Amino acid sequence: MNFPVLSVITFTPMVAAVLILLLPAQRKNEARAVALAAATFALILSLWTYFNYDQAAAGYQFVEKYNWLPVLGISLHFGVDGISMPLVLLTGVVMFTGVLISWGDDHPHVMAGIQDRPREFFAFLFILASGVLGVFVSLDLFMLFFFYEIAVFPMYLLIVIWGWIETREYAAMKLTLYLFIGSVVSLVGVLVMYWIQYQNTGLLSFDMLQMEQAGFSQTFQNIWFLPVFFGFAVLGGIWPFHNWSPDGHVAAPTAVSMFHAGVLMKLGAFAALRVGIMLLPQGAQTWSWLIMAFAAIAVVYGAYIAFVQMDFKYMVGFSSVSHMGLVMLGFSTLNQQGLLGSGVQMFSHGVMTALFFAVVGMIYDRAHTRQIPELGGINKIMPFATIGFIIGGLVSMGMPGFSGFVAEFPIFMGVWGRQWLVAVIASISIVITAAYIMRNIRQVFFGELPEKFEGHLTDVTVLDKVAIAVLCFFMVVIGLFPRFMVPMVQTGVENILRLLGGQ
Amino acid sequence: MFTSTAFASILPEILILILGILLLIVEPFWKEDQRRNAGWFTAGGLLLAMVISFLFGQPGQPVATLGGMVRFDWLGFFFKLLFMFAGAVTALLLMENEKVGQRGEAYLLMLASLIGMNLMASSADLVMLYLAIETTSIPLYVLSGFMLADEKSTEAGFKYLLFGALTSTIMLYGFSLLFGFTGTTNIYQLADMLQSGDLSLVAAFGVLALILVGIGFKVSIVPFHFWAPDVYEGAPTPVAGFLSTASKAAGFAVLVRLFFVAFPNFAPSWTLALAILSAVTMTVGNLLALPQTNIKRLLAFSSISHAGYVLIGAVALSQLGAASVVFYLAAYILTNLLAFGIVMAFSRITGLEDLKDYAGMSRRSPWLGLMMLAAFLSLAGMPPFGGFVAKVFVFAAGIQAGYVWLVVIGILNSIIGVYYYLNALKYVYLYRMPEQDEESHPVPLTHPYIIALGVLAIGVILIGTVFAPWFSWSDAAALNLF
Amino acid sequence: MNFIDTHLLSLILFVPALAAVIILFLPNGENKLFHWFTLGASLIPFVLSLVVWFRFDATQSGFQFEEAYVWYEAIGSSFHLGVDGLSLTMVLLTTLLTPLAILASFSISDRVKAYMMLFLFLETGMLGVFMALDLLIFFVFWEVGLVPMFFLINQWGSANRNYASMKFLIYTMGGSLGLLLAIQMLGVLFGHFDLVRLYEGWNSLDPTKTLLGLPVSTVKAIAFWAFTIAFAVKVPVWPFHTWLPDAHTEAPTAGSMILAGVLLKLGAYGFLRLILPLYPNEARIFAGALAVLATAAIVFGAFAAYAQTDFKRLVAYSSVNHMGFVVLGIAAAAFAAGTNDATIALNGAILQMFNHGLSAAGMFFLVGVIYERTHTRDLGKFGGLFPLVPVYGGILIFTSMASLGLPGLNGFISEFLVVRGAWPILPIYTAISMLGLLFTGAYILKGIKQVLHGPLNEHWARGEHKLTEINTREILVMVPLMALILWIGIWPAWILNVINNAVVKLF
Repeated sequence: MNFPVLSVITFTPMVAAVLILLLPAQRKNEARAVALAAATFALILSLWTYFNYDQAAAGYQFVEKYNWLPVLGISLHFGVDGISMPLVLLTGVVMFTGVLISWGDDHPHVMAGIQDRPREFFAFLFILASGVLGVFVSLDLFMLFFFYEIAVFPMYLLIVIWGWIETREYAAMKLTLYLFIGSVVSLVGVLVMYWIQYQNTGLLSFDMLQMEQAGFSQTFQNIWFLPVFFGFAVLGGIWPFHNWSPDGHVAAPTAVSMFHAGVLMKLGAFAALRVGIMLLPQGAQTWSWLIMAFAAIAVVYGAYIAFVQMDFKYMVGFSSVSHMGLVMLGFSTLNQQGLLGSGVQMFSHGVMTALFFAVVGMIYDRAHTRQIPELGGINKIMPFATIGFIIGGLVSMGMPGFSGFVAEFPIFMGVWGRQWLVAVIASISIVITAAYIMRNIRQVFFGELPEKFEGHLTDVTVLDKVAIAVLCFFMVVIGLFPRFMVPMVQTGVENILRLLGGQ
Repeated sequence: MFTSTAFASILPEILILILGILLLIVEPFWKEDQRRNAGWFTAGGLLLAMVISFLFGQPGQPVATLGGMVRFDWLGFFFKLLFMFAGAVTALLLMENEKVGQRGEAYLLMLASLIGMNLMASSADLVMLYLAIETTSIPLYVLSGFMLADEKSTEAGFKYLLFGALTSTIMLYGFSLLFGFTGTTNIYQLADMLQSGDLSLVAAFGVLALILVGIGFKVSIVPFHFWAPDVYEGAPTPVAGFLSTASKAAGFAVLVRLFFVAFPNFAPSWTLALAILSAVTMTVGNLLALPQTNIKRLLAFSSISHAGYVLIGAVALSQLGAASVVFYLAAYILTNLLAFGIVMAFSRITGLEDLKDYAGMSRRSPWLGLMMLAAFLSLAGMPPFGGFVAKVFVFAAGIQAGYVWLVVIGILNSIIGVYYYLNALKYVYLYRMPEQDEESHPVPLTHPYIIALGVLAIGVILIGTVFAPWFSWSDAAALNLF
Repeated sequence: MNFIDTHLLSLILFVPALAAVIILFLPNGENKLFHWFTLGASLIPFVLSLVVWFRFDATQSGFQFEEAYVWYEAIGSSFHLGVDGLSLTMVLLTTLLTPLAILASFSISDRVKAYMMLFLFLETGMLGVFMALDLLIFFVFWEVGLVPMFFLINQWGSANRNYASMKFLIYTMGGSLGLLLAIQMLGVLFGHFDLVRLYEGWNSLDPTKTLLGLPVSTVKAIAFWAFTIAFAVKVPVWPFHTWLPDAHTEAPTAGSMILAGVLLKLGAYGFLRLILPLYPNEARIFAGALAVLATAAIVFGAFAAYAQTDFKRLVAYSSVNHMGFVVLGIAAAAFAAGTNDATIALNGAILQMFNHGLSAAGMFFLVGVIYERTHTRDLGKFGGLFPLVPVYGGILIFTSMASLGLPGLNGFISEFLVVRGAWPILPIYTAISMLGLLFTGAYILKGIKQVLHGPLNEHWARGEHKLTEINTREILVMVPLMALILWIGIWPAWILNVINNAVVKLF
């Protein structure tokens, strides 16, 4: 494939960001239009790449390599495998739907979307998107880091400027500091790996495919796996470093929450997998029990805390902690089923939580409250959004027929293969999740519409409906026809297993 | 003796001298309101000098020239280009400063200082070095106190003078001891003498400590940093920018050349000492920056902490270490000049320098806001700006040399840095003016500013993304030290 | 035609779901359209299942009409469908009751579109469980049936529906949690979920070896209990039954019909399809405990029914009572697997499943009929209604007699078979359940008396509360049920043959 599709996908948002910044400040609609065009373009490209991916072939595809700084072994090396391809698609989808949700219609009653400085908003959002895509496709550690850090600072600006006024400053700073700390901890580990590889093989290279054969000793791996893995896993929301996530989710504006929970947390998990597990496999085996323990706690604790929330958005935020815990749980099994489930769960949860935040945002924009006891009867006003949320809720519960089940079932199977007790404990979360999802759906969407809302609430816009429909589409299709994603993830998993020593 | 190599080795200085003389001649013929054209003249002249030097004055293999006083190599050459660039930008920024920029003497003083800096970067002899340092510093003392009517400026100039004089005297004493022990003032001969000689560790340490006082003052590391916040705050802002970048870089050029060349065999001791100093500098700089409300003081303490980061590369005592120092300084010069330039642009219109006065600036001038974003994020070490790559390289050098603990401290300090840099940006982007009428209070930029800040901003981004050519030059410069 | 022939089961399974999707796109507000379209759509699976019934070869062992498609290869699960005598009976029951329930729902006028869609999805869920020959698919459809039922109760139920629907959901999900874990474990151990292969593989595991760090027998015992609890909640076996009275009472009429008529059978089916073949030893060991619980259900269910003042709750407890017989039969069969008595008991149990489906659905419908007219279910508020509504009264008496087990009607046959089979195997428990049987008569008759006989309650005799007779549509709902009740009661061979052949092959 000669067309450098991966670089185009990665850099399109960045280019679009620059273009948007060049527009005059008053031209809000033009800014939105450019943003939508770029997002659509990126989505189409990622869909094209997805369907042209050879699901039977192992290894990386659509590879591009450009030397960047040969003296130090830095190159622009792009490629996708079975695990990162769905994530690239996920980013395209969330970017697209995020732009739709943020459209903003300058309507007096409804505070929908982004109406204040949309130009800067979309510019920063797209810089974030470029960073995210860059991490997913990077096969060079330096560049992976480069893009990873690019994804950090826009979050601060997006939350602090357009976020929820009560907590945005606190949440934005907390989030940025946590993520930055996590990433620099990993940086130390990565630099150490870089030099030890040089000592072992005489090669000065950041290339990840090269580093798979660096010959790190067992002791080295045992020591350095922890900072590298957990540094990245902070962004994945692993307990006990998850604290930034609920506040960050809630304070952020809707599209940013969608991005944050839907894609950014996957970034952390993915990097932890790519760099931690794949490059330090023996270290991973030594410490898998710890990851499993933390992940199991995250799964149950997250579900339980979500259960007691009164704020709708906090409920979704904590449910994200729980579901990302499942991803980490799958990682910790280091076997075929667990890794497969995690790969699918990253996609499935990404779409699901994007939908959740989108709908919560739609409700908040109109009702100006997120307190569950104060809401009710939303179904009468926004039936489309209600059905969307119900579908998302079913995915969240792991209901068969939807992508959540396709993801969660293998994770549990994988855990069974390692430690059956953990599987039993983690499964408690399924019941808790069902309880709070059903209870809150009933309370918020059905029941009586409070009087103060009568006549003040409007239905969601056409763009919102398109966004919801797109997200639901993926959740249903993957749920009914796993073969559209599972074989692809499987090839990626096989690669990981090979590195782990064929388990 | 006066061969073409010798000529080429000081070509930049000669050109600057010519420029200065020309300025001196031309300037009286301008009327009062045209005086600011001196800025265009200086900047254009320096740019021309850079081009000519690059075309005709590139070094080949490192050689000593002018009787061993000057060493003609890439290290010096690269720094000279950087200094001249910084000078050109500063000249542009000075132009709009009414009290300072309308007077030709300011530019002359700056050019004089530039010559000194260039010589500092290429000195191979202790005496030459001392001369160069003084040539650099004295004009800067005057420039700092240039605004006679302003108390703070006078205080700044005076403080700078006192500190500078004291520390350079101590350093001179160190130099004299060194001569006493080895019988030579040539840095490269010193290396041989010290290797074969029987200079005890204690004595060497003592000498190094004395020298470090002077150099430490120049680069403002702890505990020689006390002058920096007051001087930066009081001096005219472009001068502060020039001080914090070019002058500091010159100091580092000296440090690197002197320590790497003359004292490598005492290595573990002084590298450890430098490492400790580095750690302390970073920490003190960052911690003290946290409570600052005046943006110039904040930038001052941030500069102090950045000196600490650069030192990590020096501590590494390797080719990568030296290369990372050079690269870091290049990125740092661009970034800090940008930061100070923005502060200048803002205070020119508003006359205010407190953080809270920056509220709503991104709405008053979106481009200025974006450039401030670039500058501060680069200082924080975020991609795609130069500060990120620079920090990674410096950390990589540190880890390669085995100073993992130092790198960890560096990282922790970066986190503190992120906090206060983002905090400052919060004022710019989130907070609004009391009446929320930013549109009626724009911050217009004149041509000199647009050119200067634009070039700097693009430079910051370029050095952070397409960093290969910059690093190659830094690497070539570093190669000359081994 | 060939496509239909080779895909009979998938068509039966998916036509309701497809119809539901079509309804989604129909214009809003057309209630009549929804009613008739759904009725028509639900008749298609019924016709197709009749086709399957008549083509079914009762002499052959194993599963027929098998279909297998690739689904989730990576973890070893395929979309494998098939029926034998047992599941075919259940499929027929489901496809029969669903159209009747829909016909009964014609009186619903609130959000008819959503209601009908949920009903059709529910049908697919139930059918999927009965047809699945892959454990994962079994579980998928088991869960799929939960959500529509939750919403049906929650949105169209009566006063206490929030509580009842939540209780239903949590109980059932909690119960099936163990099932989920056990299925995962089986998948991990064997690398596939195919039921037919699992039967052999699981039973051929050497009991002296270890599995997952524990001895095989321990693992089997744990898995056995995981499966058992899940199904016990669904049946429901005493003491896991407490969700049932609330759910049945609060659900809308048609919901109760399906809940009692089919959903409870899912649990019993699970016992027969999964527990007995996979865990014959454990089942035998614990058969005694199961029998105790069955007897408790029979006796306590009857007592509780007797004490009710709410008509619907009375019928709900009668379900506990009748399902107790099913469990008793299963327990007996587990205890003495392979013997003639066991076969008889099992025949009775399965027939009881079918029969109870008919009579319970009928009873709940009739309660619904009177409720729609009087808006109360309080037995005390009725009285002497027979002269006002003679046709309704006759039908009510007929159906109640079936529930009571009057000889000549279907209930008698199945209960007799269970008792006959269980007596030699578990005499004491059977004897105690006779007590229950006695009280069944008591509560049924009491119920009829309070509604139909005695002095006429003037309140319903005239004016705005004047009771109207049962109408044609409602009669049409009851007629197929009554016909089958009578037919099975008089000549049960046509269904017992199919069941018997399946039972004999089960062991």
